[in-house]
Amino acid sequence: MPLPRLIPCLDVAHGRVVKGVNFVGLRDVGDPVELAVHYSAGGADELVLLDITATPDEVATMTNVVRLVADELDIPFTVGGGVRSVDDASRIIESGADRVSLNSAAVARPALLGAIAERFGSQAVVIAIDSGGGVVYTHGGRVPTNRETVSWAIEATERGAGEVLLTSIDHDGRREGFDLSLTSRVRTAVHVPVIASGGAGSAEHVADALRVADAALVASIVHENPAGLAGLRREIEARGVNLRPWKERS
Amino acid sequence: MNDVVIVDYGAGNTRSVQATLARLGYSSVVSADPSMICAAWYVVLPGVGSARSAMAHLRATGAAEALGQRVEERRPVLGICLGLQLALTWSAEDGGVDGLDIVPGRVVRLADERVPRLGWSLVEPWGEVYYFAHSYAAVTPDSVASAEGVVAAVARGTFLGVQFHPEKSGPAGLAFLDRCLSLA
Repeated sequence: MPLPRLIPCLDVAHGRVVKGVNFVGLRDVGDPVELAVHYSAGGADELVLLDITATPDEVATMTNVVRLVADELDIPFTVGGGVRSVDDASRIIESGADRVSLNSAAVARPALLGAIAERFGSQAVVIAIDSGGGVVYTHGGRVPTNRETVSWAIEATERGAGEVLLTSIDHDGRREGFDLSLTSRVRTAVHVPVIASGGAGSAEHVADALRVADAALVASIVHENPAGLAGLRREIEARGVNLRPWKERS
Repeated sequence: MNDVVIVDYGAGNTRSVQATLARLGYSSVVSADPSMICAAWYVVLPGVGSARSAMAHLRATGAAEALGQRVEERRPVLGICLGLQLALTWSAEDGGVDGLDIVPGRVVRLADERVPRLGWSLVEPWGEVYYFAHSYAAVTPDSVASAEGVVAAVARGTFLGVQFHPEKSGPAGLAFLDRCLSLA
């Protein structure tokens, strides 16, 4: 299996990076291109850019951000938020993203996952699941659905999603650790890689997540101290989790 | 012609390859024009998409024939990911697709516990870690490097194919591409 991945997530609104705490109360932390390059140089294995405004008119704005990021970045990145059609996915991938992530639109129209996978391959399709109390939430974690998290993960991956980005709404922004039991249940149920998300407060938390998942998403823990990513990697490795060999760039 | 030609087949992520080449100081154009593919000093066949639609595009544009001709004339072609897989005789993807047959062998679905394989793996005997994102892999006698038992690179004549994405593999990937182009 590939090495476990550490993935900073940039929440983007109107072309700028913002930070979410429990999905409300955002504060601006910077320019997406600058931060993306910084994290890449600081040892990120991959990045996720999430357009949290996710309105149709924002897809064009996001496409521009994707182009600027792709031209500067030399590690893979996933783009999510506002992807509602094969055309949206095409525009984002053709702008240089490696993968698109779908959430609400896939719940509304699960066949979309297969349609995008058919064109770009399942490695280009991520199903983002926001889970609270064992059920799936849509619209940025605001709207509960009657879908059960594990069964939706199974269905979405069978339909063509090649990776699960699993966010625990209950743990997100609290910095008390990831939802390891939910992550394990989902990862056991599917045959694709799983990214654990929501709750990173320390290197210990991230190391714990990487023992049960293929990758861990980190946001506020790195946004508040972007220079600390290299140190976070070292602390994770000191806990016995081997990340990819990486040298600090001068 | 001074430009590197990045072969266009409708779905490839050509932008990142182009940006990486630019970082190394090489200008490039994205094209499916057979005469440009023949004339270029270096050609990259990039990779994202599905084997069937990629091959259909390559045949319809004449790029398929031009790629084969280049290798016969001993001029360099670098295949990346799907670009490696397309060079083989046959792929099991999409119910079975005939490839360019530049490299003998076939492409089969990965038998890994988790597919697609996404992430960074050590490529041996090269001793470098590169980024992979794939569900299928080559089976061929022309393998020259592997990652966890899976073909990571193939070489036949002037064709070099890599299963990983050098354009997404940080400084190691950049150094790899730099070597490929400077040796061409």
